[in-house]
Amino acid sequence: MKPFTYLDGLVCPLDRANVDTDAIIPKQFLKSIKRSGFGPYLFDEWRYQDTGEPGMDCTHRPLKKDFVLNQTRYRGAQVLLARDNFGCGSSREHAPWAIEDYGFRVVIAPSFADIFFSNCYKNGILPIVASSEIVDQMFRECADKKGYQLRVDLETQTVRNPAGEWFTFDITPHRKHCLLNGLDEIGLTLQHAGDIKAFEKKHKAAQPWLFA
Amino acid sequence: MTGKTLYDKLWESHVVREESDGTCLLYIDRHLMHEVTSPQAFEGLRLAGRKAWRATSIVANPDHNTPTNAWNEGIKDPISRLQVETLDANIKDFGALVYFPFKHANQGIIHVIGPENGTTLPGMTVVCGDSHTSTHGAFGALAQGIGTSEVEHVLATQVLVAKRSKRMLIKVEGKVGAGVTAKDIALAIIGRIGTAGGTGYAIEFGGSAIRDLSMEGRMTLCNMAIEGGARAGLVAPDERTFAYLKGRTHAPNGAQWNKAVAYWQTLTSDADAEFDCVIELDAAKVEPQVTWGTSPEQVLPIGAKVPNPANEKDVVKRGSIERALQYMGLKADTPIDQIKVDKVFIGSCTNSRIEDLRAAAGVTKGRQKATSVKQVLIVPGSGQVKRQAEAEGLDQVFIAAGFEWREPGCSMCLAMNADRLEPGERCASTSNRNFEGRQGAGGRTHLVSPQMAAAAAIAGHFVDIRSF
Repeated sequence: MKPFTYLDGLVCPLDRANVDTDAIIPKQFLKSIKRSGFGPYLFDEWRYQDTGEPGMDCTHRPLKKDFVLNQTRYRGAQVLLARDNFGCGSSREHAPWAIEDYGFRVVIAPSFADIFFSNCYKNGILPIVASSEIVDQMFRECADKKGYQLRVDLETQTVRNPAGEWFTFDITPHRKHCLLNGLDEIGLTLQHAGDIKAFEKKHKAAQPWLFA
Repeated sequence: MTGKTLYDKLWESHVVREESDGTCLLYIDRHLMHEVTSPQAFEGLRLAGRKAWRATSIVANPDHNTPTNAWNEGIKDPISRLQVETLDANIKDFGALVYFPFKHANQGIIHVIGPENGTTLPGMTVVCGDSHTSTHGAFGALAQGIGTSEVEHVLATQVLVAKRSKRMLIKVEGKVGAGVTAKDIALAIIGRIGTAGGTGYAIEFGGSAIRDLSMEGRMTLCNMAIEGGARAGLVAPDERTFAYLKGRTHAPNGAQWNKAVAYWQTLTSDADAEFDCVIELDAAKVEPQVTWGTSPEQVLPIGAKVPNPANEKDVVKRGSIERALQYMGLKADTPIDQIKVDKVFIGSCTNSRIEDLRAAAGVTKGRQKATSVKQVLIVPGSGQVKRQAEAEGLDQVFIAAGFEWREPGCSMCLAMNADRLEPGERCASTSNRNFEGRQGAGGRTHLVSPQMAAAAAIAGHFVDIRSF
């Protein structure tokens, strides 16, 4: 996993609540057995006029010009600004894979769906929960100013706007540690293999039917 | 000291270790798997040279990509076929307790085959790379959907890195009226709390109306917990749970059975347990529900009219309504029972069990599909459900009405196989999500119960099942 320390990133605003993972990456792309290559199909139905299929070359597909990802001012954005309950629905990790593969490293929203939220951390994406007021303000600033950027600093847990205003965000120490160092969580967990084995033995003695 | 909730009992009995920030290693008893969210996890294990920690915790089968007809022709789409064959190869290499490959007599939707083979038991922790894993909470198991990285993590370590959720109790008291099902209760709850209402919570469903539900009904309800934002739904196990499990292939037997039941009987929330949030619903007031928009919270009783965005003051919500109406091709204030359907889908991990098919057949018997309805798909949840339905003659009821009786699988719930809506087509569906494009790009989904779906197939439009 790529470590995440800080970022000065262009912001792309996606002004819709309840964006579900079916919209982030439609089902036909889930047939892939790989983790990479989903970026061109991110928000496929909202982004292109035709219906995408796995493996399709997207460079000449007809675009829905109004969709934010297709507007030149947001090209190269690394921060996705979103509304409530972002990433709801299916647990598909293909959604954060597509977001990361497209180039986003941060998603800011007033709230996230649980599974999507934890999937982000496994893929070097920092999901940030900000208050509705702050999110509203960022949407306004983003609309008003071309090239609107935010500085996101994981070490200090802060997001700073171009005017120098800033807010702090929460993250568990465990997730912060893994993200800052790009750590493989499995390796960390296996340091406790002895504890797992001991628990398993006790658990099996108490409820042997679970191991039948 | 206050008592413990069912959720806390399940959680605490599986904590291997806890960090100071509350992050836990949670032991996982059952790992369900399908072909879509597992290939990258197995690949990760291979690249790191790791083995499966406990392969006998795995219950797997392909379901999303498998076709529901012409099984003799195999899987035509080469990309789908490769994904299913990849699961075959991975299970062969890493092992499993139960594996039903494509076309096996017991193959089906993973959330249907888990319980019916007795591999989902009270007191278990259950995970699957699939959000509808919440289904298994119907047995008093702590069951939740996970991402593919977590699938790999559980494969390699048998634990999940997780923090305790908040606890919500949804209490439904009283008796539901005739024609009102677990699906209607689930949709009514989501209409009330919203699709993010359960975010951060594990929901326990309690109250007399929940205890009155069959195991199939409880599975339908817990299945939809995720549509209310909760990773896990729970119903405390009771005599009905034990009766369902007794004698199933992987359920305990003999002395083990008695010991297990004695333990399972302790799996209830204590009378003085405290919840972070309690919501109460009067079962008698729940009516048959129909979603009109593109989120499960956009739902109304059958007698209602499609909402008018002009009446919504909140700007973001008004935008959502306008957008949903446009996508759904609906005019504000249209009575829901005047909405015509092009296709009907009865199936999915929400509503494809024997009770669902019996209910749909009960409505269908002696009636005919409306000529305006292009296709009605009846897709049983598993090989076992299919055989049971055929033994009861339900298949003949459906076929006589002009419906199509298919092979088991996820089918048109998410349209990864050939079963799908064409752009603009409108569907009455017993599945769980009405998101844009869910059942096929440009398709329009209305979520309903099996009875309501069958009635729509016959009438050609939504009807109130209570007067049908």
